[in-house]
Amino acid sequence: MAVVKLDSGYNIGVDPVSCTFVERPPSSPAKQLEVIQNNNLPTLAIVSTGGTIASRIDYRTGSVTSQFDASDILTAIPELKDIANYRTIPLATILSENMTPAIWQDLARAVYDEIRNGVKGIIVTHGTDTMAYSAAATSFMIDTPVPIVFVGSQRSADRPSSDNAMNAVCAAAAATSDLGEVAVVMHATTNDDICAIHRGTRVRKMHSSRRDAFQSIGIESIGTVEYPSRTVTLKESTIRRGKYKLALHDNLEEHCGLLQFYPGMSPDLLNAYQGYKGLVLAGTGLGHVSTTLIPRLCKLIETGTMIVMTSQCLHGRVCDRVYDTGRDLLAAGIIEGGDMLPEAALVKLMWVLGNEQDLKKAGTLMQTDLKGECSSRSPHGL
Amino acid sequence: MDYNAIGLVAGIEIHQQIDTKEKLFCHCPTALRDTAEHSGAFFRYLRATESEMGEIDRAAQEEMKRDRKFLYYTYDTTCLVENDEEPPAPMNDEALSLCLTIAKMFFMIPVPQVHTMRKLVIDGSNTSGFQRTALVAVNGALPRGGQIETICLEEEAAQRVKDDTFSLDRLGIPLIEITTSPCMHTPEEVQQVAEYIGMVLRSTGKVKRGIGTIRQDVNISIAGGARVEIKGVQELDLIAEVVRREVQRQVNLLMIRDELKKRGASVDYNDHWDVTELFRNTKSSILKKAKKIYAIKLRGFATLVGREIQPDRRLGSEISDYAKVCGVGGIFHTDELPAYGITADEVSQIKKCANALEGDCVVVIVGANEKQAGCAVNQVIIRAKKALGKNPVPEETRKMLEGGSTAYMRPLPGAARMYPETDVIPVIIDDARWNATTGPELLTVRAERFTKENGLDPSMARQMAFSERLPLFERALQEGVKANLAARTLIATIKEIQRDGVAVENISDDTILAVLHAVETGRAAKEAVPDLLRSMASGSTVDDALTHLAPSVSREELESIIKKIITERAEFVAQKKKSALGPLMGVVMAEVRGSVDGKVVSEILKRELERALAKNP
Ligand SMILES: [Zn+2]
Repeated sequence: MAVVKLDSGYNIGVDPVSCTFVERPPSSPAKQLEVIQNNNLPTLAIVSTGGTIASRIDYRTGSVTSQFDASDILTAIPELKDIANYRTIPLATILSENMTPAIWQDLARAVYDEIRNGVKGIIVTHGTDTMAYSAAATSFMIDTPVPIVFVGSQRSADRPSSDNAMNAVCAAAAATSDLGEVAVVMHATTNDDICAIHRGTRVRKMHSSRRDAFQSIGIESIGTVEYPSRTVTLKESTIRRGKYKLALHDNLEEHCGLLQFYPGMSPDLLNAYQGYKGLVLAGTGLGHVSTTLIPRLCKLIETGTMIVMTSQCLHGRVCDRVYDTGRDLLAAGIIEGGDMLPEAALVKLMWVLGNEQDLKKAGTLMQTDLKGECSSRSPHGL
Repeated sequence: MDYNAIGLVAGIEIHQQIDTKEKLFCHCPTALRDTAEHSGAFFRYLRATESEMGEIDRAAQEEMKRDRKFLYYTYDTTCLVENDEEPPAPMNDEALSLCLTIAKMFFMIPVPQVHTMRKLVIDGSNTSGFQRTALVAVNGALPRGGQIETICLEEEAAQRVKDDTFSLDRLGIPLIEITTSPCMHTPEEVQQVAEYIGMVLRSTGKVKRGIGTIRQDVNISIAGGARVEIKGVQELDLIAEVVRREVQRQVNLLMIRDELKKRGASVDYNDHWDVTELFRNTKSSILKKAKKIYAIKLRGFATLVGREIQPDRRLGSEISDYAKVCGVGGIFHTDELPAYGITADEVSQIKKCANALEGDCVVVIVGANEKQAGCAVNQVIIRAKKALGKNPVPEETRKMLEGGSTAYMRPLPGAARMYPETDVIPVIIDDARWNATTGPELLTVRAERFTKENGLDPSMARQMAFSERLPLFERALQEGVKANLAARTLIATIKEIQRDGVAVENISDDTILAVLHAVETGRAAKEAVPDLLRSMASGSTVDDALTHLAPSVSREELESIIKKIITERAEFVAQKKKSALGPLMGVVMAEVRGSVDGKVVSEILKRELERALAKNP
């Protein structure tokens, strides 16, 4: 069907055969408004990767896609101008499901360059689907003295009710605050009242569409930003600005996988991981897979694949010393992933194997808290 | 008034809620709730975004002048779609089918593929900031000439509870929007067309009934005037009056403009002064509280600002409406002062401060802060300039006030407020679907049939056809109840007992039918119907009510009751002879308490009376 826009503004679909070509309408160049910046304010870098923080309608498909670069964001959200000065780095315009470890590396390098050039904080605009992976990857690849804040929107930016503006304003507030780590800043509730600051290695998208989809798992959120006052409150344990010296460790071992176990899963599926350097399992409960899988897992480990066990419960830590299956898995050489989220464990495994050739040392690193991704204590109530 | 001579052109838009099982874009029921039952609440801000055309709509901009936070009530019958927290479900097919049915009844042409659009609405009544709407059919005809331009399927907006608080139960109920061409030329014609369209809609039996379920918007202009859209006329009877008053308003605004021209009136932005200090020691409580007070001089406007242009509306009311957009409570002007606690002395001080001459009018703005007052000054100047311009009737969306006058709401929305709803997949209307769509019998046709086939008198037939209880009436007919009994009960009896304060909403359809059947089978007299319904409204079962109010009486029992009564009153009978029939009838009916039809009683009583008189002449 050909889509016709009527004078009333309505679209209707008609048979293309009934249409005659008259003329091509003159293309109206998108007007670029000049964004006046206040040099007395701190400078932030906005690194845009696409996603619904900045989306537009695609007339070709009729769907919402990510198309704006970072400067369009300033035009769309004028309040940002009261918080900081901005440099904008259009890194990619992709939907976040199309993100790759290679782009994580580009992102880390771009962020590193900006921090080295002296910006007071970084905002990364990102589609929400894989934002948590990218935040975790950035956490491992950069030791940062300044806030690196990931932000997106759950409801498309073309609608008046979008959460994009409030999230972006709160992200800018967090990026100019005393925060000193990689974080995700998104709505804390369905109201337009508070954004939560989540640690990049502990955050997970827990709802497909709600504004408050992002939640810290295993720890509390590390801070809040109130809206519209923009008051930032950080927890005592939150890392403060300047604690770490800037460093970039951008190696990643991409041959790593993440596999969720389910009852009756065929051991044959594990063959696909032959030759992989690492595999994270999301096991059941305390970290189990069926006994039928154990011989294949042994074989993978023997041929050099590091296997890390996490729990598909998401909440709580794995413990393979309680039941026989677990003890068999430990005997086979799997590494307990503690209370790490499966996704964070995957990204960490890529980073560890990319930077440490000694498998024994790598195994120890996997169980060491590097960027707040795991802890030895499980505080009750979480 | 000669409406032809002044070039009245009017069209209407009718919005009718339809009675589908589920909402238009989610699977929630279309149930309206009591706000006290809300299960939760949340709040949001709305902001205008760049629309498809790359510019912010002017109506949307108007709303943006206010920083507004909206509170929404949720229910156990609403879901994340109403909360704008989940993409919409596919368009409800039952609603689309009904829309096609109505399109067919107006001889329209369906669009080959229905595209859902987002219509920008940031007054808070839609959580998303837009209303979903789809054009379904075009080019319809009205029986007495005139065209239906379009029929659209839309989602209903949330109901305003109070100020910026909205209730989500109504959001998403399917709404059919029928737009006529500007083809009407008298107020009465507008009302007739509205009535006709309403009748066609009700003929489907699938529309919601009751206050607020149908709303009419009227578009009106006269020669030299401008297109004005009056929103939300809920009472059909008022439409003609609304049109008459709008014509009057436009005519008066044209006259005021001519008068202003003659006087050489002018409006200048520099003619405004900060007079906050002047009112430091005022006795007026409103002015005392104000943080910022401005005076604006409108040269040559004296007496015209206070002139009535519609019942209870003046040019001053129009200017005031514009100022209210900024959040001020309204304006004062020297045509109406001294009043409201402002003294004659203060008025002359204002005039002095503004160097106002005899023929000038001074408008006073009272603001809670500089920003608000400054905004209001601009608005007053904008509106006053329009009054003396080439087009003294601004193109506007207006809201109806009680009685039929109107107030300014916002500028007319432009086409820029529409862009595609990308979350809803377009729906194809193919020939097979359109050909299979049939329109039901019109209520007017049905009324004629009730007269011809069922013997109802024409007025009763019409009332029955247009009644909400039409489905029950048709069910009763089908089950063998006589048309007259059913119609009289459903139209007259129920209304009568309702007038007496009986809670008729407590009587179920099945109960009413049971009573009608009891009368048809002779189990109860038709005279007993009001009492039976009354008793059932207060909770009795059908059986209880019948036993209590219409105990069964056999013919033998009835005969013996009658004989007994005649014997007991032998003296009276001997005295009155045949004319004893009437009084005795009352005695017998009281005795049998509605369980026997009056006709039967009268028949037996007459026979027994004659027999008694024959024995003792
Ligand atoms: Zn719903």
